[in-house]
Amino acid sequence: MRLELRGVTKRYGSLVANDHVDLTVEPGEIHCLLGENGAGKSTLMNVLFGMVRSDEGEIRIDGEPVRFADPGEAVAHGIGMVHQHFMLVPVFTVAENVVLGFEPTRPLGFLDRRRARADIRRLSEQFGLAVEPDAVVEDLPVGVQQRVEILKALQRDARLLILDEPTAVLTPQESEALFAIVRSLAAAGRSVLFITHKLKEVLSVADRITVMRLGRVVGTTTAAESGESELATMMVGREVELVVHKGPAHPGAAVLEISGLTVADERGLVAVDGVDLTVRAGEILAVAGVQGNGQTELAEAITGLRAVVSGSIRLDGQELAGRSPDVAIAAGVANVPEDRQVDGLVLAMTVEDNLVLDIFDRAPFARHGARDLAAVRANAEARLVDFDIRAPSPVVSVGSLSGGNQQKVVVARELSRPVKLLVASQPTRGLDVGSIEYVHRRIVEERDRGVAVLIISSELDEVLALGDRVAVMYRGRITGVVDPGAGRDRIGLMMAGVDATDGDRPGPEAPGPPAVAGDGGAP
Amino acid sequence: MSVSALDVPTGLPGAPDRRLVTLGRVRGMGAFLVVLAILTVLAFGVATPGSAHATFTLSAPPAVSVAPLEMSVRTVAVVCAILTAGLGALLVSRRGARGSYLIFGLGVMSFLWAFLTWAARGNDLNFEQMLAATLISTTPLVYGSLSGIMCERSGVINIAIEGQFLAGAFLGAMIGSVSGDLWLGVLAGAAAGAAFGWLLAFLALRYGADQIIVGVVIVAFCTGLTNFLTEQVLTPYQTTLNSPQTFSPIAVPLVDKIPIVGPVLFDQNVFVYLAAVLVVSVNVALFRTRWGLRVRSVGEHPHAAETVGIHVMSVRYRNVVLGGLIAGIGGASFTIGSVGEFSSEMTAGLGYVALAAMIFGRWRPFGALGAALLFGFSVSLQSFLAVLNVGIPSPFLAMAPYVITIAVVSGLVGRVRPPAADGTPYHRE
Repeated sequence: MRLELRGVTKRYGSLVANDHVDLTVEPGEIHCLLGENGAGKSTLMNVLFGMVRSDEGEIRIDGEPVRFADPGEAVAHGIGMVHQHFMLVPVFTVAENVVLGFEPTRPLGFLDRRRARADIRRLSEQFGLAVEPDAVVEDLPVGVQQRVEILKALQRDARLLILDEPTAVLTPQESEALFAIVRSLAAAGRSVLFITHKLKEVLSVADRITVMRLGRVVGTTTAAESGESELATMMVGREVELVVHKGPAHPGAAVLEISGLTVADERGLVAVDGVDLTVRAGEILAVAGVQGNGQTELAEAITGLRAVVSGSIRLDGQELAGRSPDVAIAAGVANVPEDRQVDGLVLAMTVEDNLVLDIFDRAPFARHGARDLAAVRANAEARLVDFDIRAPSPVVSVGSLSGGNQQKVVVARELSRPVKLLVASQPTRGLDVGSIEYVHRRIVEERDRGVAVLIISSELDEVLALGDRVAVMYRGRITGVVDPGAGRDRIGLMMAGVDATDGDRPGPEAPGPPAVAGDGGAP
Repeated sequence: MSVSALDVPTGLPGAPDRRLVTLGRVRGMGAFLVVLAILTVLAFGVATPGSAHATFTLSAPPAVSVAPLEMSVRTVAVVCAILTAGLGALLVSRRGARGSYLIFGLGVMSFLWAFLTWAARGNDLNFEQMLAATLISTTPLVYGSLSGIMCERSGVINIAIEGQFLAGAFLGAMIGSVSGDLWLGVLAGAAAGAAFGWLLAFLALRYGADQIIVGVVIVAFCTGLTNFLTEQVLTPYQTTLNSPQTFSPIAVPLVDKIPIVGPVLFDQNVFVYLAAVLVVSVNVALFRTRWGLRVRSVGEHPHAAETVGIHVMSVRYRNVVLGGLIAGIGGASFTIGSVGEFSSEMTAGLGYVALAAMIFGRWRPFGALGAALLFGFSVSLQSFLAVLNVGIPSPFLAMAPYVITIAVVSGLVGRVRPPAADGTPYHRE
């Protein structure tokens, strides 16, 4: 299918999310749409998929102008979408999810499950997407769930497949497998629109690349014509440093000692399974792993937000396991939570109040049970300068700030009291490049000041850039602690549960570089 | 694992085998049974004289006669206690959760048997009449919980079942009385329930109002309106407006001759049969048809349903109106199904009990039927115990169904998992 977007414009109030966007995807082409968070990629996709109506512009499919009122119409025109947050019903089976909305039936509307299974098996074999039709989706690893999403689009005979940030939840090896699937789809004549903010994968998978910034198309190029730094410059609009500057760590005494820690998730299932970890003063320990392998629960247990089943968490010898968040705060734990909008900030409250959420009831911000608002204001004004928070005033609601500035508010609050341990989960998720640089620099500064830092991130690039040591988590266990120089492939295998000590076992027929077998960790 | 090379690098097996650390639910049920067993021995065994006997009459006069059953209270207490404790121990020692509800149910039944024997000591208890009374109190609960299932499976909480009951009972009685045609009464009851279902859908879906609040308001409105109309309209014209006939029982040939269960199950009025048909058909429709798959997807993940072209709002509208309709029929069963006249607030909170039955039954028609039977039994138990004069004040006995309801919804039998989007308004982006 040949898809053309001409002059597509979408405004939300005064914000122009898409400003006269032109884009052409040729049949059988893998077209990457590259841009930072907030560049307008998602809005464009929602317009294309009928979730949102554009204000101006037109969409043409094979030369014919089309207009979609809802996703059903987009699907009918051969557009399939794999959303970043999978659109799968967790309690349904694979087969039920794939046929939903497009069900084969017998008389009286009864589902024809046999035909559904047969359809899935046929598509699985045709495109090499191995999946069991009767498995319940919530029991499947995310990589397999993504295949179900792709199958869903193929079952509806999609001729253009949109993949929205598809590698966000995958290990490097799973990503390679996905790229192979994408290439085979393109070889079969289907067009693929691949949306991402990761430069490396753009260069490895794209036939052509379109870069967006602030709602506009900055340019279209190919992987052959441009390298990582050119793309980064186009994406951000200025020269960017792709590395984090940090000197060698000077680790001191152990600050955080975790031993035999077991934590349960909401359903009572083991989420953290007998974890032992040590973080020393003046070092950054980065925990890598695909999202959902217990990292969230680990961070919550350390910061007192989640009950502990067994094991101990000691901070300078003081037991924190099973204590409340205020004990952790008093002991010197700073917490930059995974989801700043839910756990980090009260969005409806002002910037100045959010900056003292943890200590609003103590001197100098309160006396005799009454708040000292002048002190709160003075504190906010100082922090806005120190942490380069771009807010029109300290009394605007924090929800009105951009993601980067919101995150700076969280960081500013957490680092404004004496800190021994900094726990930061996904510290740069959803931020623009400028804010990412700033947050990274700040974290390194804390380390150099002698703070023990625990970073939890599912972005492997971030883990490798920041960590002095890297611990890999898989299914609630630490598969190993390695030097960041151990290599992406070896860490990638550990993220999939392969033990570090046998990381030199060759991945049979694994696509991608055979570096795994070469310099993997010999025991 | 051999379809292609592509599934190799994930290194991830099919399903995670994460074990349960907090086995709270199953163990809690087991511990509860063990406590019940100890209570059984102490209260019904030790504290009862060894000579005490209870007699269960097993057939009502016109039916095929079955000899009455006479049992020693102490023996029954000990046997039942051993059985209950054994089932409790089985639950505590289990690793999985599969079948736990069945074991728990058996344990509770064993306890109830001991309790009944004790309550009937030195007396006669007509077992068959008791079962029949259970079925009568169960019927409206089945309609109510099916109504709840219809709504909540599509993601809308229908807390207004009580109000739809009242509306259905009122209009069913009035139309049945005026027209003299009971089927018109059923239709009128269904229409009244559907109308309030539509009102809930309209306010909750069109305007995104809080579903719980809208539901409570509808109940308050229906209560006030039917009270007012009863006083002002029904009472002055009692003979024309509030004296409908009731449906007479229809015996199913042959099977109604089966001892004990025959007359109880197969000599009932049309409401009971319709309830049975509805349980089966709602179950089949929800889990075997395209319609059901779509309804459940809307209740679990409306956004996903929307992306495959399902119209979330129309599915919800339809289901909430249908749910109201079912509750309306259930309401009519109060008047033209059994009592034969409408009286103020005659549903006595059973709409909420039906909601609890739905939760207890885990949003499944057959589960809800089982729960409704348990609640229905406790309702009928209360009236029988009052007659037997067991020494427990009758207001306490009258609380029994509600105590069980509180125990169920507060998680005594474990946290249950509602449809994921239940009660959440849906907005397109």
